[in-house]
Amino acid sequence: MQANVQQFPPFRPSEAHAGGGDHGHGEHHEPGFFSKYIFSTDHKVIGIQYGLMALSFMLFGFGLMLMMRWQIAHPGVPVPVLGPLLEKILGQPAAGGAISPDLYNSFGAMHGTIMVFLGVVPLAFAAFGNYVTPLMIGAPDMAFPRLNMASFHVFFLGGVVMLVSFFIPGGAAQAGWTSYSPLATTIPTNGQAFWLTGMVLLITSSLLGAVNFIATIIQLRAPGMTWMRLPFFVWAQFVTAFLLLLAFPPLEAAGLLQLMDNVAHTSFFLPTGLAVGGQLANVSGGGSPLLWQHLFWFLGHPEVYVLILPAMGIVAEVITNNTRKPIWGYKSLVYAALAVGFMSFIVWAHHMYLTGMGQKIATFFQTTTMIVSIPSVIILTCMFLSLWGGSIRFNTPMLFALAFLPMFGIGGLTGLPLGLAASDLYLHDTYYVIAHFHYVVAPGTIFALFAGVYFWFPKMTGRRMNEFWGRVHFWCSFVFMNVVFMPMFAQGIKGMLRRMSDGGVNYSAAVVNKTGTAASPMIDALPGTVMQLNGWILWAAIALGIAQIPFILNLFWSISHGEKVDHNPWHATTLDWQTPTPPPHGNFTHEPHVVRGPYEYSAPDHATDFTPQDEAEGPATPKPPTPQH
Amino acid sequence: MSDSEHPVDLKSYIRRCAAILFAVVCTTSLMIATSFSHIGNGWAARVAIILGIAVVNALLVASYLMHLLSEKKMVYALLVFTVFFFIGLMGLTLWATNDFPPGTAIH
Amino acid sequence: MEIPYTVQNRPDTGIYNAKVGIWLFLASEVMLFGGLFSAYILLRVGAAPGEWPHGWLNVTLGTINTILLALSAITTLLAWAACKVREFGKFKFFHACTIVLALTFLGIKSYEYRDKFMHYEVQLQPSAKNRAAGEFADGHLVAKSGDFDLAKKTGFIKLHGHIVKDRKELMDLRSPEAQAAQHEELTIAAADIKKMENYAPRHNTFTAIYFTLTGLHALHILGGTLVIFYLWGPGSRMWKTDPERFTNRVEVSGLFWHFVDLVWIFLFPVLYLT
Repeated sequence: MQANVQQFPPFRPSEAHAGGGDHGHGEHHEPGFFSKYIFSTDHKVIGIQYGLMALSFMLFGFGLMLMMRWQIAHPGVPVPVLGPLLEKILGQPAAGGAISPDLYNSFGAMHGTIMVFLGVVPLAFAAFGNYVTPLMIGAPDMAFPRLNMASFHVFFLGGVVMLVSFFIPGGAAQAGWTSYSPLATTIPTNGQAFWLTGMVLLITSSLLGAVNFIATIIQLRAPGMTWMRLPFFVWAQFVTAFLLLLAFPPLEAAGLLQLMDNVAHTSFFLPTGLAVGGQLANVSGGGSPLLWQHLFWFLGHPEVYVLILPAMGIVAEVITNNTRKPIWGYKSLVYAALAVGFMSFIVWAHHMYLTGMGQKIATFFQTTTMIVSIPSVIILTCMFLSLWGGSIRFNTPMLFALAFLPMFGIGGLTGLPLGLAASDLYLHDTYYVIAHFHYVVAPGTIFALFAGVYFWFPKMTGRRMNEFWGRVHFWCSFVFMNVVFMPMFAQGIKGMLRRMSDGGVNYSAAVVNKTGTAASPMIDALPGTVMQLNGWILWAAIALGIAQIPFILNLFWSISHGEKVDHNPWHATTLDWQTPTPPPHGNFTHEPHVVRGPYEYSAPDHATDFTPQDEAEGPATPKPPTPQH
Repeated sequence: MSDSEHPVDLKSYIRRCAAILFAVVCTTSLMIATSFSHIGNGWAARVAIILGIAVVNALLVASYLMHLLSEKKMVYALLVFTVFFFIGLMGLTLWATNDFPPGTAIH
Repeated sequence: MEIPYTVQNRPDTGIYNAKVGIWLFLASEVMLFGGLFSAYILLRVGAAPGEWPHGWLNVTLGTINTILLALSAITTLLAWAACKVREFGKFKFFHACTIVLALTFLGIKSYEYRDKFMHYEVQLQPSAKNRAAGEFADGHLVAKSGDFDLAKKTGFIKLHGHIVKDRKELMDLRSPEAQAAQHEELTIAAADIKKMENYAPRHNTFTAIYFTLTGLHALHILGGTLVIFYLWGPGSRMWKTDPERFTNRVEVSGLFWHFVDLVWIFLFPVLYLT
């Protein structure tokens, strides 16, 4: 291998031609609407398709949540404004415009599924990854452009199946986004079969996407773009893709098995002697409900890092760019990201302490869980330290990125008590858990995604989003996010359980009645203040919804009316900003030759305070002595 | 793209293939023979032997037919990770479902 | 625009894009079947003592299928080798063999499926003549009378099988007792039948995992055959324009095919032999 190191073939400048390097006709022709927007193989168009679809799904998932919050705060009271519409569309489950417990369960399951698999992952991984990664590594496109298009189409199909499931008799899946068996199989509606079919499609899409990303990052880096010159965002996407590649298939296997349970009436997850509604179920039995949980959480936990790593990547880019100095501890960040990815595969059973697990295995998983938190803390610390001594530009993307740091910190640190069996036994399935993971994902990841949208919008459109409305969006979101989620910690610690369609009213009342007659040593009644918080959370959630209106309007208004900017408005160093805006098909007008690391800001002997990665002038960072493969 | 390390002569390929086919037939017969034999008490010993032979058979296919023996370092790295997580998935799941709090009644 | 390294190897990694892609895909496939094999082990280890079936599948057919797949793996390798030495005619011949072998495999597999679907366990009413309590009939459905209706209790079925006293007798079909059982044609009136159920996936956890594993494997065979058929037929036009890229395609599809063979190498002993 020594003989032919770094012999790269000559660059062929971009030549508009969809189809990913098929041979034959080379003449330039204007693609039609369908080949440009629907069957496009251009990674930038696909990225935007993913982005718009994911944002729409997130809005939809948020809407489901608003209706659930109404039901929690005012159980059984018809939903204002939307109630009649709900009844018209969904019929009996929304009789009188109120949300029945079954419908609440559907909404809960679908809120989780949509937010995770149709909202955050497609936006963080597929949309930003697709648009930005090839630009950052200096590639003309993804390694397999047609496969890329196919992944989007499969994803779209999966989304359609999930949406359709709302309208079938009995409604969408009701067994929670975790779909634990035997509950998922014994609910007598078809929602679960639709959910599983949708999931198999979404998983397939993610797998194809992950293959494409990894192959692209390995194979299509521009000359000189060595591994240690990759921007942290690319590293984050690389690790994320590996998590999707290796953690998703076991869930696909589990999904197929549960589909067999639901459709072919097998008993993979149904134990012997299963009783449904007081009657012995007509199944062969012999299955293992715990098997589902193992296979589900084998994906479920790496999935957490799938949600958070791309967000960390975006935040790293935005922070270095706006502090105007190199990121602190680039290598630590990279190794920490790799360590997080590796460890995340062997922590999953900390979701299952309550399943009657023995001490030995619980100890193992507690240990690995504590270990996996270390690299996350390293990443966060590096980003905090990067702020030190920087001349910080407080623009909208930076505000969101800065808010990410403490919000993710809260989310991460409140996770530690859940990783230890002793405290988890008490906190399991309470609102504390909800607050914990929402702090990671909602003010954490979603803030980072907003930062990304504001940050890369000028690259996609050539215009900047409105700064004033951006700030309004930020401050309102920041305040109301915290008012929504902070009280949930208190509710959870007080013992309020999740998944109760009445927000605990029934439960609380029942226990209060009991205290007079019989002893109920296990549970105290929920104090009235805890129930009162439900009302506050509802109004904060509504306000949070209203706070997104400036963002939506700003996003569409700025496409045509935003302030016009040149190709590198943020004065960034990475390759994505060294191409025309918007980048042409094939991305680069000349072949980028990378000569330095990703974050050369404020180099002392350079004319400007940023030195692009492909700028030949000035002192280049010395090449590592051994060739990186 | 073809690698020069491989023989480019079709005949030598056919010879090698015949050897592999012979080996596969041998291992398969060995598995069947073990299956119908009475080695060990009950199935445990036979299952272990049969799976051992199956692993040999699989390694044979992977090394020669998938020409893993002359593959690049990167592919090895990927496969090492995959095998590690595969073992983690199987091993930890089995361990978890067989580790009970003391005093649990089983069957 | 052209994507680099679709044909040439990238100098520092030493491979071309599609090969990276297929190995990544195979890694995910390893995890997919890893999940399913984990399920198999867990179900088997968790089964009550004496409840896991042995000898339910036809070893002869399984062996034939094993050899067929091994042969097809070899013709796939030779097809690629033929491309490398630029002998297109031989490529066509070897891949034609692959397709025929794959289709034969699927044919045998579907015969085995049919056999299981025709195999019934018929539980008898306590009132049935000459039958002790708990006895049931087990065997292949030979014929059904035209007016057979379980709900209306009309008509009869003919079963080629035997009467079983205890389900445990069926759990090891290789045991001397099971081998000694006399199979004969039984005629059972619908009125005597309490419940009849074929050996479909729902029958027990063994048939469930058997159908799921082999079904998913058969889907892989089908997918692989389609790809190979494409390369053999319409896709082989690329031979004239870009033989090197075409050779890569043959290699990559071959890697997938060998993986499918590899899965069968484990499926065969796990389901048929133990």
